[in-house]
Amino acid sequence: MGLTPVPATGGGGASVALDAPNSEGWIATRLDFLVNWSRANSLWPMPFGTACCGIEFMATAASKYDLARFGMEKMGFTPRQADVLICAGRVPLKLAPVLRRIYQQMPNPKWVISMGACASTGGMFDTYAVVQGIDTIIPVDVYVPGCPPRPEALMYGIMLLQKKVMGERLRNDATRPDVEPDPTSRLYIPPSRIDELSEPFGNSVHQTRSAP
Amino acid sequence: MSDARVITAGGALPADAPAPATPRRVPHRGGAENPSVAALRAQFGGAIGRSEVVWGETTAFVARERLLDVVRWLHADPHQRYDYLVDVTAVEFRDAGQPLQVVWHLRSLPHRRFLRLKVELAPEGPLSVPSVVPVYQSADWLEREVYDMFGIGFDGHPDLRRILMWEQYREGHPLRKDFPLRGRFSRSEQLRQALAANPEAHYSMNELTVAEAFGDLPRDVQERLAAGERTGE
Repeated sequence: MGLTPVPATGGGGASVALDAPNSEGWIATRLDFLVNWSRANSLWPMPFGTACCGIEFMATAASKYDLARFGMEKMGFTPRQADVLICAGRVPLKLAPVLRRIYQQMPNPKWVISMGACASTGGMFDTYAVVQGIDTIIPVDVYVPGCPPRPEALMYGIMLLQKKVMGERLRNDATRPDVEPDPTSRLYIPPSRIDELSEPFGNSVHQTRSAP
Repeated sequence: MSDARVITAGGALPADAPAPATPRRVPHRGGAENPSVAALRAQFGGAIGRSEVVWGETTAFVARERLLDVVRWLHADPHQRYDYLVDVTAVEFRDAGQPLQVVWHLRSLPHRRFLRLKVELAPEGPLSVPSVVPVYQSADWLEREVYDMFGIGFDGHPDLRRILMWEQYREGHPLRKDFPLRGRFSRSEQLRQALAANPEAHYSMNELTVAEAFGDLPRDVQERLAAGERTGE
C-alpha cells in the first residue's frame, strides 16, 4: 500500500494518508514527521512525585486511566532512560538542586510537565521553604493546573505535549528553543522577574520580609 | 538501658490492677494527676515547678539545670520506667516576654503512664537545655529538629546540626516568631543559595553516619567510597 504525506494544514505538520491507487509497499513521508511521530508516541516519563499530585499521577498510570495507551508504558525511575520529566507536587528549596540534577541527567530531547498548582507556582505554599514554580530552575513545556489535577487533566497535558512534539522541526530551532539559564544566577527566569512575581500581595502585612 | 530486663507493656502493674479501659469524659482541666509528679517532687524538691493536668495529660515544669537528672531518674527508677521518648519539641508564644518552652513527651509502657516535661527559657537568656541523648538515643534527630527550627541548643548532643533545612541555610530558624513566613532573603537569592548546595554531599564519606557504618558496607562499596567516588553519578 502507498502512503504519501499530506501537506500541513495548520501548525500540526504533515500527516500520512493512504494513497489507494498506488498501493505499493512503500511509505513516503518527511523525516521530521517520522521522528516526531515516534517520539510523541513513546514519551517515557520520569515521575518526580513529591506530594498529593504524585498520588494522582499513580492513578493516571494505573489500569483505569492507563497511561500506557499514550506510549508511556515504561516509568523511567532513572532519568537516563526518560524523555519527559513529570514534576508532580511541591518542590522544597532543599530539593531544588536535586530536581535540576535530574533534569540535567536526562538525555536530549527532553520535555518537562509541571503537574499541579504547587509545581507550577508554589501554590498555597508561599513560604520560606518551597520553590515558587519549578520553571525558575528548569524549563517547563506544559503546565497542568489543578490541586491536584484529575487524571483527565494530566492526560490532556500529555496530549498537548504530544502535539508540541509533533510540531517540532529538525532544521528549525525556533520550534524547539534550547533554553539556557541565566549565566550568572543559573536561573531560568531573571532574578528581578522572580522577585517581582513573588512580592507580597493584598494586605497580608504579616507576610512581608520586613515585618517583625 | 541500665536494666536489661525485658518488660512487656503493663508488666509492672500489680496483678489485681483493673483491665485497661478507654478513658471517658476526660475533663479539660483537672482530674487525676500522674503519680510520677508527686514522686518527682519527693525526689527533686524545688527543681520541679508547677504541674497541671490538661485533657488527662500531666505536665510538669522542670528547672533547666536538673533536667538530665530528672529524665535519667524517670527512665531508670523501677517505679517510673519511662522507657519511651515520644517527642521533643518547643513552643514560642506570640506575646513578647513569654518564655520559650521546650517540651519532652515521655511514656512508660510498663506503668501505662504519660508525662510531659517542660523547661521554660527566657527569650533573652541563653537558649540551651541539656541533651537527653545519653538516656534516649531516639532524641538525636528530634533535638536536631528543635535546634533547626527554633535555634535552641542542646548541651551534650553528639552531632547538633540542621536536619530539615540544609546545613548552609543562612536565614535563621524558621519557626521563631520573628522569622517572616517567606524567609528573610528575596526569592531569587533563596533559589540561588539552594541551587548552590551539592545534592551529593550527604552521601559522601564526609557524612558522619556513613563514615561510622563504613565497616559494615560491602567490600566493593568500601573500595568505591575509598577511591573518592560519589554515589548517584
